[in-house]
Amino acid sequence: MGFLKVEDLKVHFPIKGGLFGRTLDYVRAVDGVSFTLEKGKTYGLVGESGSGKSTTGRAIIGLNHVTSGKVYFEDKEITGETKAKSDFRKDIQMIFQDPYSSLNPKKRVIDLVAEPIRNFEKLTRKEERIRVQELLELVGLNPESILKYPHEFSGGQRQRIGIARAIALKPKLIIADEPVSALDVSVQAQVLNFMKEIQDELDLTYLFISHDLGVIKHMCDHIGIMYKGRYVEEGSAKEIFENPQHIYTKRLVAAIPDIDPRKREEMKQFRAEVNTEYEQSYNDYFNEEGLAYGLKPISDTHLVALPEKG
Amino acid sequence: MAEKLLEIKNLKTSFRIKDDYFAAVDDVSLNVNKNEVLAIVGESGCGKSALAFSIMGLHTRAKMEGDILYKGENIVGISASKLNKLRGKHMGMIFQDPLTALNPLMIIGDQIGEALLLHNKELSKTQRKEKVINLLNKVGIPRAEYVYEQFPHELSGGMRQRVVIATAIANEPEILIADEPTTALDVTIQSQILDLIKDLKEDMNSGIVLITHDLGVVAEMADRVAVMYAGEIVEIAEVTTLFEEPLHPYTRSLFNSVPNASEEQDRLHVIQGIVPSLQNLPRNGCRFAPRIPWIDGSAHEAHPQLHEIKPGHFVRCTCYKHFHFPEEVRKEEEHHGVS
Repeated sequence: MGFLKVEDLKVHFPIKGGLFGRTLDYVRAVDGVSFTLEKGKTYGLVGESGSGKSTTGRAIIGLNHVTSGKVYFEDKEITGETKAKSDFRKDIQMIFQDPYSSLNPKKRVIDLVAEPIRNFEKLTRKEERIRVQELLELVGLNPESILKYPHEFSGGQRQRIGIARAIALKPKLIIADEPVSALDVSVQAQVLNFMKEIQDELDLTYLFISHDLGVIKHMCDHIGIMYKGRYVEEGSAKEIFENPQHIYTKRLVAAIPDIDPRKREEMKQFRAEVNTEYEQSYNDYFNEEGLAYGLKPISDTHLVALPEKG
Repeated sequence: MAEKLLEIKNLKTSFRIKDDYFAAVDDVSLNVNKNEVLAIVGESGCGKSALAFSIMGLHTRAKMEGDILYKGENIVGISASKLNKLRGKHMGMIFQDPLTALNPLMIIGDQIGEALLLHNKELSKTQRKEKVINLLNKVGIPRAEYVYEQFPHELSGGMRQRVVIATAIANEPEILIADEPTTALDVTIQSQILDLIKDLKEDMNSGIVLITHDLGVVAEMADRVAVMYAGEIVEIAEVTTLFEEPLHPYTRSLFNSVPNASEEQDRLHVIQGIVPSLQNLPRNGCRFAPRIPWIDGSAHEAHPQLHEIKPGHFVRCTCYKHFHFPEEVRKEEEHHGVS
């Protein structure tokens, strides 16, 4: 069994309407997603906005209601676990996208970072203070700044406070939902480097959710591509970027702007070819509802959503 | 010789904070030519958007010095009514966030129609509608007649951005300023929107100022690139020159800090410190010096100037000659240790 195992996860949101607020239909935000995370690795969940990648992450940690399917963490089922103090909450933490809105502006750094610790451990004020200062040092912030408020920090520093909070309880798994999307490139580099460093130090596993394929390629060992709540392809970073099989993945990878201005014409042609292929073979890769088929293995690690043959 | 559409000379845009004025755009000189995409690159707080807003005359409270010549005529400090005749007709702007740039209470057709109405009063209602529908088709919106009647919230992000572009090009402006036009969009939509902007350049022969922090977008789109740091231009060059031989330490640092989808790197370069705020900007000497403290102070000029290294390639300050990354020193030392 894997470290984290997600089996046929579904998250459907009801669409209410009519006179009595009856449920008319469902938004199938996550519609049958399965994957396994290996300990110490980084798994990337990629997709465009609305593909259900964030909902998947939130459902694993229990922030979204799970409609059906199972989530196992270290061989224990944690699906829909809502008790605030259950053990797995200590082991799984989350880093949020926007460092400006994910920190309570009225709280000081010490209270922000100590909050998760207070939930699980009984420490004296002095012990707590020392712990918070250690954590701040670990994320590269001045330990003297425990009495400051979030607005006194820059974006990158705030994201580090968010990370300090996430690692306060020495978790095993961190779900990072677009952790650098709101940051400038140089600050982004800082946060990404730092996440890699603490991964080795603390033996962390990441579920890294992002729409930025450059960042995903830099960070991840394995990648799952989502489209409309389903997986279209899963594989190692190399397989996805160098040998994409599903037409949707091909189109996504082709759309990344190339950093070499001399390749402009080449890229333009390549993109035009991929787009034509996308239009022509759309019906071969998606069913009548425009959804992806189930995943079929084409190698040990590489899975592609293809229709049943025959 | 490329035909100059816009000539910016020693532009300085200052904002009042308490009792002092602080320049967000500091002594910027630039040309925008016909049928070219000029990209302006930098991190947030470097003054790129302040420059764009200055060109469009959208800073109503800022103090503006210097000249912006549109076809030889200075447009700094001209009256609002004169400016309004230029804006929307000769100069169009595409804003970053398509949701806030559109009026949520107005149907799409009326928003684009308004731009036409303001500058071309002779058009009849039916002619106007016809033109709007043509524009919607031009920016690649399917079922244009249907979308005409829709409200912004009924459209997806990519479609909204197309509407914003349609509004900006309604009067076929000669200068189009695009402020982070694709930052809020997914990659596949981004590539469609960029293609659209490229086509517009070719169709209308316009000069496009593209403001972005995404170096991939620059590589795909730009003819020339200006790199801004702390309100100043630190480097200008043709796009291939800039990507192959970036010289200014800031440009080189930026390039090294981006995770690149086509290259393997283990660690990204981190630029030390942060972009200084307006009030804390070092106004004397090289503004990037505090962020490369390992470079000897004598490498910088006392009053950094733009130097023309090669025709069309300008770099500010002399520190580029002595610049290296801190990792490179370590490697060199190790190398010497071995030999």
